[in-house]
Amino acid sequence: MIDGLNPALVLVCGSLLALLIPQGLLRSGFLLALPALSLIQLLGLPDGQYAQIELFRLTLTTLRLDGLSFAFALVFHLAALLAVIYAWNLRDPVQQVAGLLYPGAALGAVLAGDLVTLFICWELAAVSSVFLIWARRTERAYRAGLRYLVVQVGSGVLLLAGIIVHIQATGSAAFEHLGLDSPGATLILVAFGIKAAFPLLHNWLQDAYPEATVTGTVVLSAFTTKMAIYALARGFAGTEMLIAIGTLMAMFPIFFAVIENDLRRVLAYSMNNQLGFMVVGIGIGTPLALDGAVAHAFADILFKALLFMSMGAVLLRAGTVNGSQLGGLYKSMPLTTVFCIVGAASISAFPLFSAFVTKSLILEAAAQEGHWVAFLFLLFASAGVFHHAGIKIPYFAFFAHDSGIRCREAPNHMLIAMGIAAALCIGIGVFPDALYAILPYPVAFDPYTTTHVIAQLQLLTWSALAFSVLVRTGIYPPELRSVNLDFDWFYRRLLPAASTRVWTLALRGWEAFNAGVTRRVEALIAVLSRHHGPHGLLAATWPSGSMVLWAVLLLGVCLVFYYL
Amino acid sequence: MIAHLPALQVIIPLVSAPLCALLPAGRAVWLAAMTASWLAFLIAVLLLDRVLAHGPISYLMGGWPVPWGIEYRVDALNAFVLLIVAAIGAVVITFGREIVERRIRLPESKQSWFYTAYMLCLTGLLGITITGDAFNVFVFLEISSLSSYVLISIGRDRRALTAAYQYLIMGTIGATFILIGIGLLYVMTGTLNMGDLAARIPAVADTRTIHAAFAFLTVGVCLKLALFPLHLWLPNAYAYAPSVVTAFLAATATKVAIYVLLRFFFTIFGATFSFETMELDRVLLPLALVGIFSASVVAIFQDNVKRMLAYSSVAQIGYMILGISLVSVTGLTASISHLFNHALMKGALFMALGCVSFRVGAAKLERMAGVGRTMPWTMGAFVIGGLSLIGVPLTAGFVSKWYLVVGALEKGWWPVAVLVLITSLLAVIYVWRVVEVAYFKPAPAGQVVREAPLALLIPTWALALANLYFGLDTSLNVGVARRAAEMLLGVGP
Repeated sequence: MIDGLNPALVLVCGSLLALLIPQGLLRSGFLLALPALSLIQLLGLPDGQYAQIELFRLTLTTLRLDGLSFAFALVFHLAALLAVIYAWNLRDPVQQVAGLLYPGAALGAVLAGDLVTLFICWELAAVSSVFLIWARRTERAYRAGLRYLVVQVGSGVLLLAGIIVHIQATGSAAFEHLGLDSPGATLILVAFGIKAAFPLLHNWLQDAYPEATVTGTVVLSAFTTKMAIYALARGFAGTEMLIAIGTLMAMFPIFFAVIENDLRRVLAYSMNNQLGFMVVGIGIGTPLALDGAVAHAFADILFKALLFMSMGAVLLRAGTVNGSQLGGLYKSMPLTTVFCIVGAASISAFPLFSAFVTKSLILEAAAQEGHWVAFLFLLFASAGVFHHAGIKIPYFAFFAHDSGIRCREAPNHMLIAMGIAAALCIGIGVFPDALYAILPYPVAFDPYTTTHVIAQLQLLTWSALAFSVLVRTGIYPPELRSVNLDFDWFYRRLLPAASTRVWTLALRGWEAFNAGVTRRVEALIAVLSRHHGPHGLLAATWPSGSMVLWAVLLLGVCLVFYYL
Repeated sequence: MIAHLPALQVIIPLVSAPLCALLPAGRAVWLAAMTASWLAFLIAVLLLDRVLAHGPISYLMGGWPVPWGIEYRVDALNAFVLLIVAAIGAVVITFGREIVERRIRLPESKQSWFYTAYMLCLTGLLGITITGDAFNVFVFLEISSLSSYVLISIGRDRRALTAAYQYLIMGTIGATFILIGIGLLYVMTGTLNMGDLAARIPAVADTRTIHAAFAFLTVGVCLKLALFPLHLWLPNAYAYAPSVVTAFLAATATKVAIYVLLRFFFTIFGATFSFETMELDRVLLPLALVGIFSASVVAIFQDNVKRMLAYSSVAQIGYMILGISLVSVTGLTASISHLFNHALMKGALFMALGCVSFRVGAAKLERMAGVGRTMPWTMGAFVIGGLSLIGVPLTAGFVSKWYLVVGALEKGWWPVAVLVLITSLLAVIYVWRVVEVAYFKPAPAGQVVREAPLALLIPTWALALANLYFGLDTSLNVGVARRAAEMLLGVGP
């Protein structure tokens, strides 16, 4: 442990150094050692503020450790470790570097004690993560990556603008509670909202994540959105508006998820839905609710990673993750099936699985504060989660009609990573107090009361029943190879089509204008050069007499001016 | 010894001048002049340090009490200008030996006289700055002017002679106007001591004589500092003088003239009289704006890089006068810190150009093709100086332009602020023309150019790096300038 060293620097610098190490076991081992070392460094640091630097009269706290940032930093390390194990046999340097550089940047963001450092990490995370999408090296992934990058950097630009306004008005760069009233807060909130995939700002997520590589999606799912959740919890806890936004977020993706065919995209939608729970928790803003948001983010990173890993394994072995082409894989990939079911049970909040002990914190807080509308919607959303993520994913991938695909079980390192993640999911569910102990506020909550368990089981049973009935009666939307239109249709199709016409007209006008301006400028330069050019009046050598004339003239003018 | 620092500041270079004339040409005379210059710099540093710590120093020449004797008076403003002049004087003379030996129109036996003239010029400039006596200003002005005519006339180009002659005429007219102004003040007040003058003028302020003195001083000083349209002597004088002389004069002479302007109009006449009763800013502001714009455009079209930089100097003087005519602490801070920053940037640019002409043989733009590759260090220093001239952030030039724009906005004169930014773009153009030719045009076939010798490069880079250093640490160039500005406006401690 080195005193005051930022763990994020270990990851960022180390990931670049990894390029110097020969490809093979040595490099894989080094990559695994990095998050482990960084984790040791994190655990060795007591809470406090470190590495403060003075820049342009601002105090920058590049490393701040307290309850909130510690919980996120810890789970980011777990996710990074899982991803490295999962990618043990990967020999692509681009993914190897980006796979740790990007978590390092996200880690730097949650450990940042000031807005400037936050911004730098924010942008570094955006730029480094896009390589995980481009690493798939298809035209489709390239274009999706570009769209992703535009949105992410746009969020960074908004954040920068907000930060500048904030620092100008308050003179302080410290990243503390902002609230909606502080200067620049609206810009900052929108910037956070883009990364947290607020409704209507969410399309980049469903667009880009399913296009990333097998490992890339696992890594991507853990960091960007959770980093934004952390930033919201830090800056906007207790902002009422977030309750409504979060509820909406938890609701709308359910419908898209039900009809979506690409199973990784289904998971991307379900991610949105889980983020909604966290945003509601932040909006409520009581200690219990914030604990719930943090705990749920913690659990979500693990079970979402587990689900994405299992789908990644399917993509690797079966070559597709389209529900319509899969089915019956449990025969070929039994272990992956088990792990996927553990993940599905976790996300659906089965008792003894992780989301059960975390989500109920948020629901409890909503009930305590009397947000009944939000409470009911979240309850509905919980049922929906089970529906689309809990049943649909394992059912269509591993069961349903047999697609006839016979492939090998996932490679060992993937199984190990999935096994660890599954163990963590169950561990949290069984021993919730271990997780509660690291939350920012003390928790006095017991999820395993009789009423609570029975209520949840009822909810799940009815949801399962509904799914079964729908599938049996054939009403359930069949898995079709289809493209589902989301909000992004407006700006990816409608807007370009409409703007093409406008653009053509504008272009014609611009050309005419340009020609006119060019003519004018050329004329101006000609005039200037006539007077100012090497032989022009103003640049020529004057006879001494004329110089004296000017002096006398000015003296005369001055005398007259002063006398009057 | 410490008590006599103000006198030593002038006496050391003064005594070294005849000494230089006695020494044989070559290394010995150079060492003597350099030692004296660096001593003068050391004294200037000590003086500034003492002034900042203990407040203004008053030194009575020969122990004669004021107002009969001559008083040397050092406060934050002139201690700062002394530092600029002495520093540039020392750096340029260190740079100068090889150029003096090979690039000026003097037979080797007479080269010692160059150092004599140089030290006299330095004496004069330091004297103008340090003295607290109005007539003494005129005396030192003549010392520095006469020696600078000599220095300019020994340029290799024969046009240096006519340039020096024209400068002689214009400089003499300027000095005469200043003398007439001082004489009229003396008639009305019976004193020549600046402090005394400041105390007595208000009683007789509303007379034709004082108004006439004011007008003569305005025009006389503006001639010396080359305010548009009285700048016509400057481009040729700078272009055809030896590059050592150009670097020295461009960085110091006009700065001292601006100091004289500040001293006369703020200390002696007082800001209220100069700018509220006489409305001096109504004369200065339009001339400054036209000067900035016109000179920048002329600079763009120049083929001779030295002449281009000379016109750029006229524009930069416009910025300083613009800051003064804002008559606010921020505006004056901008002007006074620009004295320093402009000395750094123009010093570095003219010295880099000196290196180029030392190897290439001329300062013509087309002769500089490909120099960026053959003389990378020289052109590196030139580019840094150019960036500073443009006012790119992290360079010294940015600092003063920033305060100038802030000062204009404080007054609500946003068109002025916009004009300052636009003319910075003009500076981008003329600096870019040189960079383009030096880096992107192939060198003419058969031209063999080596990097300049270290003796030239080290002083050049010292100034170039100073441009970067003072762009980051502004405690000296802005901190002292602000104190001086507050003192001039009477709002400071």
